[in-house]
Amino acid sequence: MSVAMRPVGGLPVEPRARHDAPGGLDSMATTVDIGDISLNYRGASGNVLALQNTTMRIGRGEFAAVVGPSGCGKSSLMRLVTGLVRPTTGDISVFGEKVRGPLKIAGMAFQNPNLLPWRKVIDNVLLPLEIVRPHRRRFRAEKDKYRAQGEALLKTVGLEGFSGRFPWELSGGMQQRVSLCRALIHQPALLMLDEPFAALDAFTREELWCVLRDLWQELRFTVILVTHDLREAAFLADTIHVMSARPGRVVMTKTVPFPRPRELDICFEPAFTDIVQELRAKIAEVRKP
Amino acid sequence: MSQNTVETIAPWVFTLAIFAVWEIACRLFGVDPFILPPPSAAFAAMAQYWGPLMRHSAVTLWTTMAGFALAVAFGVALGLIVGWSRTIYRGLYPVMIGFNCIPKVAVVPILIMWFGIGEVPAILTAFLISFFPIVVNVATGLATMEPELEDVLRALGARKLDIMLKVGIPRTQPYLFGSLKVAITLAFVGTIVSETVGANAGLGYLIALAGSNFQVPLVFAALILLAIEGIAMYAVFAYIEVYFTRWAFRSSMSAAT
Ligand SMILES: Nc1ncnc2c1ncn2[C@@H]1O[C@H](COP(=O)(O)OP(=O)(O)OP(=O)(O)O)[C@@H](O)[C@H]1O
Ligand SMILES: [Mg+2]
Repeated sequence: MSVAMRPVGGLPVEPRARHDAPGGLDSMATTVDIGDISLNYRGASGNVLALQNTTMRIGRGEFAAVVGPSGCGKSSLMRLVTGLVRPTTGDISVFGEKVRGPLKIAGMAFQNPNLLPWRKVIDNVLLPLEIVRPHRRRFRAEKDKYRAQGEALLKTVGLEGFSGRFPWELSGGMQQRVSLCRALIHQPALLMLDEPFAALDAFTREELWCVLRDLWQELRFTVILVTHDLREAAFLADTIHVMSARPGRVVMTKTVPFPRPRELDICFEPAFTDIVQELRAKIAEVRKP
Repeated sequence: MSQNTVETIAPWVFTLAIFAVWEIACRLFGVDPFILPPPSAAFAAMAQYWGPLMRHSAVTLWTTMAGFALAVAFGVALGLIVGWSRTIYRGLYPVMIGFNCIPKVAVVPILIMWFGIGEVPAILTAFLISFFPIVVNVATGLATMEPELEDVLRALGARKLDIMLKVGIPRTQPYLFGSLKVAITLAFVGTIVSETVGANAGLGYLIALAGSNFQVPLVFAALILLAIEGIAMYAVFAYIEVYFTRWAFRSSMSAAT
């Protein structure tokens, strides 16, 4: 299905081809294809082999989660997929094209919101539009339109009325919402999240899970979410990739069968707990040297 | 009296107290005015030689500001270049450290040889002594950019220049303005050093001249005026710093100085 979408939930969506959930025809299309790569960091105190024999495929519009022991190379994997570093061996392709340099389209968010303290919230959100093509050429001329888009996006994450504030006037959870908006404002086809909710309290975290779930449900971008929270992975993702200790490779790929849209209640169902237990056991197993 | 008023008048109270202690000590112990004149004598000399003092102060002020302006222009430019690339940073840093270690007083005779007695050596000495903290601070501001933020922008297709303009240069501002406060006081030191070694105008020249004529109260009068100029310029740049980088004082990110 490829239709011009109407604005949903207050977010004005530009007409553009969108793809159905995995299971539809388009899920055959692979967005991210990591084919047997390795990554070697050269350092003054010797080399670190961060990734080896890592293979992963993520379908178009899929919500993928990556979990694994600390230091196994998850963040490195994110930087590889976005083309910020090159694999030592092997190839990565994104949207069918081999990654040769930074992608130019991917939205990213990290554990630290990394907002620019001299910019107001709305100007932080609009930052990508000043950089990404084709928006950067139109940015000055159509500032008002983009502003309205930014305001609408802020509203969907529950930050209506905060666009004129500075980041320091916001709580950590609110800053993280802004960071999420900044990652999504240019409607990226690929969203990379590296432990975005790790520094938040349990309630805010669950709230933001739902925010992310709704945004994804609406816009159907491809997501790679790195997390240490197995419940988070199981609640949000379609597939969960478990990585081994360093050098990291994928030791298990678990499909999460729960239908969408998911409610927070499923976190208390036995089937959900089983998945979390299974992931937990696997990670505990691969952590041991 | 509220805490605020106390804080406002405290500097004045302390300054007056220092002068009072100085005056009382001189009288109480009968200090020889050739060794240390009391402030009353210094102020009397200031009144007596008001005209020449003002003329020489004006020379010192403008040579200092000229040298400082050069230092800001050159320091910011070099700081941006050094902060731009790691290679340049690595290559240039030792050279700059070495240069900064050279006592500027040793350079003044060379400058006088090149440019003759006059204002040029003073301007150049002020410049040479004050550009270093500016370079270091600007470069530090660029070099300490959060790598994750850089990643976010690069993944959007940002070029190095975009990252510099959108993030690097704005985030360098608190470092820059912090360094200006330090640099302006150093610039005064540079000017005075140069004027003392060889000049025909300026407070440094006046101090050297009055010293050789044993007009000690005049020396102190000139020193007091110099201190006032320094404090005034420092205050100007401290104000500019707060004005331009209010966000940095509010957010957790703090400047280097
Ligand atoms: N820039 C770098 N230079 C050298 N080694 C690095 C660099 N970045 C990461 N590493 C090494 O690569 C390995 C994987 O790091 P990475 O940050 O990808 O792990 P991670 O899975 O994200 O860990 P965590 O869960 O703690 O965030 C680590 O052993 C680390 O020491
Ligand atoms: Mg990490």
